[in-house]
Amino acid sequence: MATKKIYLYPLWLRIWHHVNAVLMLSLILTGVSMQYSNPDYPLIRFDIAVSLHNISGILLTLSYFYFFLGILFTSIGRYYVMRSQGFFKSFYLQARYYMFGIFRGEPSPFPVNEERKFNPIQQITYNVIQHAITPVTFITGWALLYPESIILNVFGFSGIMLTSLLHVTAGFFISIFLVIHLYFITVGHSVTSNLKSMVTGYHEIHVEDEAAQEPEENKLAEKPEK
Amino acid sequence: MKKWLSKGWASRLFLLAGLLPLAFALFFSVSADLPENTIDEESQQCLKCHGSHRYQLTDTATGETVTMKMHDELQIDPVEYSKATHGSFKCTDCHSMDYEIHPHPVSTKFEANYSCMDCHGGDETYASFHFETIEEEYLKSVHATELGEEFTCWSCHNPHTYKLSDKQPGTLINRVAQNNSACLNCHGNINNYAVLIEKELPDLIKSHDWLPSQSLHFRKVRCIDCHAATNDSIMVAHLVMPAEQSVRNCVECHSTNSILMGSLYKHQVVEKRNELGFYNGVIMNEAYLIGANRNYYLNVASIVIFIMVLIGIAIHATLRYIHRHRKYGN
Repeated sequence: MATKKIYLYPLWLRIWHHVNAVLMLSLILTGVSMQYSNPDYPLIRFDIAVSLHNISGILLTLSYFYFFLGILFTSIGRYYVMRSQGFFKSFYLQARYYMFGIFRGEPSPFPVNEERKFNPIQQITYNVIQHAITPVTFITGWALLYPESIILNVFGFSGIMLTSLLHVTAGFFISIFLVIHLYFITVGHSVTSNLKSMVTGYHEIHVEDEAAQEPEENKLAEKPEK
Repeated sequence: MKKWLSKGWASRLFLLAGLLPLAFALFFSVSADLPENTIDEESQQCLKCHGSHRYQLTDTATGETVTMKMHDELQIDPVEYSKATHGSFKCTDCHSMDYEIHPHPVSTKFEANYSCMDCHGGDETYASFHFETIEEEYLKSVHATELGEEFTCWSCHNPHTYKLSDKQPGTLINRVAQNNSACLNCHGNINNYAVLIEKELPDLIKSHDWLPSQSLHFRKVRCIDCHAATNDSIMVAHLVMPAEQSVRNCVECHSTNSILMGSLYKHQVVEKRNELGFYNGVIMNEAYLIGANRNYYLNVASIVIFIMVLIGIAIHATLRYIHRHRKYGN
């Protein structure tokens, strides 16, 4: 089986990704430890968890802006640009593939190539996690570091409590994302191929995949409308 | 501006909606003030001198008048006194009738001060305050064991300004500040501390430098919440412990079983979980305590979502394995 390698993950991006992953893991573990603190079964000692969480949160904010500049000023930014035209159809095709096609050995409807690193589901998930939910966590996190900046009372509810609730909820969604993201490491050509790509930076395109390299528009046009 | 206002009912509705919370805030802030007691005429005579920094003394024989400085400890703020718990009392209810003579005779110098128990010991009217238990607890406290007779109820509770802090209007933060001011009166004032004990006044910032978010803790929690042993039968703990026995373990407060429920929020605790499902809902009204403000429903929802995701992944992985197994064999 002939394979072609494309360089999709530059070094700066891989370093950011792995640093971000470590920070996220640290934040989730320390966050869960504090949220469910129990004197009898401490996951991480409370004061250590507080310090680690604060340090990781500050570093995550820096990491976010580093990545933001990366997508703004390098060519990888184009992979995150979403097209509104045909979005739902593409989303549906990809979801169908994940739910049924993948078990039948069907080719991926949106295989990876030089111009398309992410399928529509990956694209919207990464955008929402990175540009909506992550900022919510660090903005509310900074506010909780400086609680005097928070409005004390919002219609009878403690402003700090509402901020914390938002912080914890956003953190929960990130932890759900992380679990699914970790599972999707194995959904490559082989179980370890995605993992290898994130280490070496090269994505392997196999001949099997090549068959499906035709543009999506053509593919959609071929299907008869019901 | 006028044009904008006259644009229609929608803009007026928005304006009204914006003003409503303001009206509520004003209403509650005004109605929250405590009523003042009226000071009787006899006491007003006392306050003519004791209510100000200076007083005048007239020699009845010569008619000469001299202006003297009133000692700080003998000054009573009439406004604070009228708002105090004992503010409806006449001065001579607690002090000797000899004070009605001017200048006050020497006998007044030998007057024994009342303590709380002199009036409230065995008092059926205030049985819910458990004054006897408070005294028992106090006698075991570091204040009583270290300082003995030097220390009395009045060392912390100024009889002329004392108010029940849980009945105070305003936010928790004000009540905490008021409560802590009793401690800081000596522990934050080198002169007052030196009067009581021949020991160097410890630097509170340094001795609490282990505490994360120190200023936040100082503003939101009372000193006694960590430094006094809680007793279920009394509202405010009086058994102040030596520094080395105070709370240092974060999770004693930062957990659903927070000790603050038995101390700081004791007077508000009616039920453990309120109707919104928060374990320590009462804390949530005015503060947020990591680890203590968990919501039962959100907890259940998050665990259910997490388990469903894991089950989904397990099913997906199994089906993928079956497909690969069929396609490529072993």
